[in-house]
Amino acid sequence: MVKRKKVEAPKISLAALRDAGSPAGRAETVGHIRKTADKMVGEIHRGDRPNLRFPIRSLNNVEYDPKVGYFELLGKKTERTLAYSTVKTFAQSVRMMAAAKTNIEDEEICSKREMYYNSKAWGECRFAEQPESDTVMDDIEALFGVNREQLGFVPDEKGGDVAGKLMILDRDAQSGKPLKIDCTKQGSGAWSIPSKVEHLGFETNAKFILVVETSALFQRLVYHGYWDKANCIVISMGGVPTRACRRFIRRLADEKRIPVYVFTDGDPYGYGNIYRTLKVGSGNAAHINRFFCVPQASYLGVTPQDIIDFDLKDATHPLEDVDIKRAKDALKNDPFFKIYPQWQAAINQMIEMGVRVEQQAFAKHGLNYVINNYLPKKLAHPEKFLP
Amino acid sequence: MVIKLNPEQAVLFGAGGRGGKAAVAEPEEASRKGRTVIRLSTTKAERQQEKAEQAKAERAAAREAKAAGNGKGSKKAPPAAETAQSMAAKQREISVSEFFTKNRHLLGFDNPRKALLTAVKEAVDNSLDACDESHILPDITVEIRAVEGYEDRFTVAIADNGPGIVKQQIPRIFGKLLYGSKFHRLRQSRGQQGIGISAAGMYGQLTTGKPMRIISRTGKDKPAHYFEIHIDTAKNEPQILKDEEKPWEVERGTRVEFELEAKFQRGRQSVDEYLQQTAVANPHAKIVYKAPDGQDMEFPRGAKDAPPQPREIKPHPYGIELGALMHVLRTTRSRNVCGCLSQDFSRVSPQSARKICERAGIEPKGRPSRIAAQEAERLYRAIQETKLMNPPTDCLAPIGEEALVAGLQKEFKADFYTAVTRSPAVYRGNPFVVEAALAWGGELPADELGRVLRFANRVPLLYQQGSCSIWESVLEVDWKNYHVEQSRGAPPSGPLVITVHFASVWVPFTSESKEAIASYPEVVKEIKLALQECGRRVSVFLSRRRRELEEERKKSYITKYIPHIGIGLREILGFPEKEEQKIVKQLTNILEKTRGGVE
Repeated sequence: MVKRKKVEAPKISLAALRDAGSPAGRAETVGHIRKTADKMVGEIHRGDRPNLRFPIRSLNNVEYDPKVGYFELLGKKTERTLAYSTVKTFAQSVRMMAAAKTNIEDEEICSKREMYYNSKAWGECRFAEQPESDTVMDDIEALFGVNREQLGFVPDEKGGDVAGKLMILDRDAQSGKPLKIDCTKQGSGAWSIPSKVEHLGFETNAKFILVVETSALFQRLVYHGYWDKANCIVISMGGVPTRACRRFIRRLADEKRIPVYVFTDGDPYGYGNIYRTLKVGSGNAAHINRFFCVPQASYLGVTPQDIIDFDLKDATHPLEDVDIKRAKDALKNDPFFKIYPQWQAAINQMIEMGVRVEQQAFAKHGLNYVINNYLPKKLAHPEKFLP
Repeated sequence: MVIKLNPEQAVLFGAGGRGGKAAVAEPEEASRKGRTVIRLSTTKAERQQEKAEQAKAERAAAREAKAAGNGKGSKKAPPAAETAQSMAAKQREISVSEFFTKNRHLLGFDNPRKALLTAVKEAVDNSLDACDESHILPDITVEIRAVEGYEDRFTVAIADNGPGIVKQQIPRIFGKLLYGSKFHRLRQSRGQQGIGISAAGMYGQLTTGKPMRIISRTGKDKPAHYFEIHIDTAKNEPQILKDEEKPWEVERGTRVEFELEAKFQRGRQSVDEYLQQTAVANPHAKIVYKAPDGQDMEFPRGAKDAPPQPREIKPHPYGIELGALMHVLRTTRSRNVCGCLSQDFSRVSPQSARKICERAGIEPKGRPSRIAAQEAERLYRAIQETKLMNPPTDCLAPIGEEALVAGLQKEFKADFYTAVTRSPAVYRGNPFVVEAALAWGGELPADELGRVLRFANRVPLLYQQGSCSIWESVLEVDWKNYHVEQSRGAPPSGPLVITVHFASVWVPFTSESKEAIASYPEVVKEIKLALQECGRRVSVFLSRRRRELEEERKKSYITKYIPHIGIGLREILGFPEKEEQKIVKQLTNILEKTRGGVE
């Protein structure tokens, strides 16, 4: 059993994510949009080609400082000047800005998919595929430095599942009456994180939050009541964590000062994409990482060393070319991994061993080996977790 | 005068210019060296002389055979060794007809499918030549009918509106091989050797036993003569089965009809393709094709004027070979060498003739026949070493750039046509002109290899593409330089048709079936230059079209999307409609001005 110990919230403050519903927030965002449009009209009247300046959304435009705790945007910007080659995206951006303004003023929400269908009324200017509309949406979000929810756009994605020693304080969707949700009483199911988590409150005395990658493992933990034995909260990300999921974990961990331990597959994707995004955010949405990061998270496993320590060698798969490329890319280009020698050692070890390992690999020693042996052994030494 | 029948020597024949009327093949030396030799004889005296020579050669052969027999011939006893006498008993003259009966592939009658094409081709080429020579716009009907009761037998009839043939010449023209007007002169024409049409008749006779039927009329107030002719293959002489005057509704022209074993088909290397390509290279001709499957075709006339008439020229000394030179010296009417050189050859002035004699150390007043016997080789070498003007080139009648384009336009729907007629050039003393034309785009298939149409003296070449200098040149040109795709060792690909026409007083075919042009370096060089010019022009066309398309795309992009910027801004800022229109107009102006800028 792990001793309960309070964890300090990160030094950086939990940036206030304005509720898109608040009148002040709404007015400010609309002001942004109008200002941008005004500037364009001015340029047009002067006979200049209008242009929009976007921050570059990629890993080489972010920096990482552990004291800050998340990927910060560097100043690099790209200019989209109106020309015949950009006129289509330009028109689409302007029309989506207009749609966002309407959303905010009408207090309406619009999913990414709905936005895509909404564009079908724009004639020639419509999006052919949803990825096109998602990209323009990300651009606008970055242009104004806001979260898409502030523009009235909500993701379709599921936020993640929660079970364990946690009481969630929510409001009834219609009446607005306070509501208490007991995450110990979800039976064989779980409570789903909604796309907006700003208004939620928490009651818990759990010792830690265990965040797992796959829902298969999550189900095993729930089925055997692991959270009860370990006195913890279990959250399933189901792949790369959504913004809501990251925000939820961050708020819960900050507010209740409990540690966050992450348990993913032992492969470059689990380290580089899932864990890193949860902890410090992504390059693509760097302008909002400060809202969507969990700097206090640490990495439980599966580490390459675990393969040796827990005799999993014959339960591994060889690394494919894409894995190796991803691993080398992380070492070379990811500011997060470049900071931590522990991570570099781990990734190099994996490349050297040439294998990856899944969370389920522990079934080699028996289905509940992961609950009865692996997790307790690891949790006895959280100081050994990777940063 | 013993001559091997191969293209090199065929050139020599032409250059000799004084060939006899009858051609006789003889197996002289053939038994010894495994080669076939053909002998041409003219006069009675010559024939006697030849006989004497033959006897001499036989004696020599006998001596040699004996010597060989004494040396090593007796190693293996059975089968019993031939003696010179027993061999001599078997040696006899072969007529040219017999020779070609056994070697029909040499004339393009390799298989039933090709036989049909070759038969039609020979007749149509003759008709076109006859019409062109008498300044008549050709009107030709090709009819192929299946013979009832047979699957592989067809009747072929070709009718023209040409000058007609005088009565006494009809049997010889159709019933005798190597008889004709074109062999003995250097003049650009389709036919060359006088083998074609009689060979077609002979093939028909060989496979069906039926005679050729010819009707011809030389004018409105002349009767039409009808003949049925067999060829006596042993003697190479016509055998007249029927000779009568017949009423004929045609005022002037010739119609030849014969039956042959053949296979009818359409598509590549078929009669269709031959006629279509003939129409491309002869836009002044009208051709009607009545096919056995009922799908008739008509190739209308695309040009109003008959092509200009090529002139006949004398051989140029650079292209002549020693044997032919000797023949000229023996048969010239001039009394001295100097006169012979300057009168029987082109581009040899009396001064240069004297220079040649000087160089050869020959008395300019010497008798030609004596020189032929003793000093011909010295003279021959001196000719090659003396600088002479190139042969005259006004003897050639290329199709012309305009007519080439007209021909392509008639048969292929494309977006772009161009044609290049090169200046005349010379190979082995023979003047020639190369023309190339190219069609691009339109309805031509875009994802296939480009088609290459080859022509020699306006005749389409459908076989032996791979060994033809035209094909070789097409492959050697780097088409990628002209924005046309090309894989290694392949012709260019894309929606294009390439036409190359080789016109000369003597076309250096690689074989008697006249299917491929030999690769003389001068010829390949000229073809490539013509193709490269076509390539440059198509490249200009393609880049212009690309630019236009791009311009259009930009323009449509702007008119398509600019209004949406206006709508969006208006939705955000809520200004009146008039302001929106103003913004759209202003934006359009800005973009039009800066179009093609960076980004």
